[in-house]
Amino acid sequence: MASLDDLKKRITSVKSTQKITKAMKMVAAAKLKRAQDSAEKGRPYSQKMNNIILNLSNGISDKSNAPKLLSGTGNERIHLCVVMTSDRGLCGGFNANIIKKAKSYFLKLKEEGKELKIITVGSKGNDQLKRVYGDKIIENISFKDSKNANYFDAEKVGKTIIERFQKEEFDICTIFYNQFKNVITQIPQAQQIIPLNTENNDENKSEESYEFEPDEDEILSNLLPKNISTQIFKAMLENSASEQGARMSAMDNATRNAGEMVDKLTIEYNRSRQAAITKELIEIISGAESL
Amino acid sequence: MSEEFKIDIVNPEKSFLSKEDIIEAVVPAYEGEMGILKDHIPIISFLKPGIIKIKSKSGEDSYYVEDGIIEFKDNNLTVLTSSIFNLKNMERNKIQELLKIAEEETNNTEISDQAKYLTEQKINVLRSIN
Repeated sequence: MASLDDLKKRITSVKSTQKITKAMKMVAAAKLKRAQDSAEKGRPYSQKMNNIILNLSNGISDKSNAPKLLSGTGNERIHLCVVMTSDRGLCGGFNANIIKKAKSYFLKLKEEGKELKIITVGSKGNDQLKRVYGDKIIENISFKDSKNANYFDAEKVGKTIIERFQKEEFDICTIFYNQFKNVITQIPQAQQIIPLNTENNDENKSEESYEFEPDEDEILSNLLPKNISTQIFKAMLENSASEQGARMSAMDNATRNAGEMVDKLTIEYNRSRQAAITKELIEIISGAESL
Repeated sequence: MSEEFKIDIVNPEKSFLSKEDIIEAVVPAYEGEMGILKDHIPIISFLKPGIIKIKSKSGEDSYYVEDGIIEFKDNNLTVLTSSIFNLKNMERNKIQELLKIAEEETNNTEISDQAKYLTEQKINVLRSIN
């Protein structure tokens, strides 16, 4: 059994760990509120953008002439996967969930004989993926320096993707991120952004015909790249809210576990202290008796 | 009969402005300034750098935009833009900063004619409000 001194040291160390996790939980809770706020505020923009594009693409009569970002390249051979993760760890299953989702998708692609290319956003995803898929990763983007998710960063990612698309490096692009549902639930998502999926939104299809200035094609070809940045920005916002939520609940668990551990260790400490006292007493008494 | 319509200005980070008592909006559309009154036909258009003027019952406001797209439908005007500033509380240094960025951009020879045209527009507008 560990000595009294050892136990005492362990109790102090667990207690200080608990302090750290508690502080991290508090910080995450404060950040979560802000991240959640901006995720909610960012939604109207991406929604409206989507609506406009839907209206536009419905208006296009000649699909074969549509911009490639909408109609695709006609092939489905090379897939680009953008895996968006956090830059920091200690956030529970947050990164692992995205990676899991992405990996199962990669396997499916492999079975179908498709070619795979990966862009990782955030260093944690890169760390985990490079062991197995190191040769597939063509770029790693990290925003360690920016404090909050901002549109400027999203635009940078969007531009990289579009540039590569124009060089015909891939046919289909999918982004992976966590959608924020609530503090304990984050749903890993795979969303295809190139070519854009315009089918499943029939209900808000409007009969009205718009006037366009300049013409549809030009608007569409200008708007689609913007939409990609917008979708990525949305993913970034959802991701940062999810990250903070995941970290908060992970740290909450850690704090509770540390508390339990302190209790257990304290009981053990008290027991062995008492055992030592009893032992000493017995020694004294039996010493006195023998006199 | 009221002659008002609704406007929503959103940028990627948040909803910038939402008002219901708009009488007239003038936007710098792609092919020239465009005034929008109630019951305008549905339209989608690009914005070029310029000033959005909004006349409402409570007064007149002007905003500087660098880019964006507008949609008007069912008396709802939606403006999507990534950079918008209220002229009233736009600071001098901010204008100068934007102007500097734009001027640097025009010196870049690699950009397309269209981009160049837009940047020149931007400079003109910025100079006029400076």
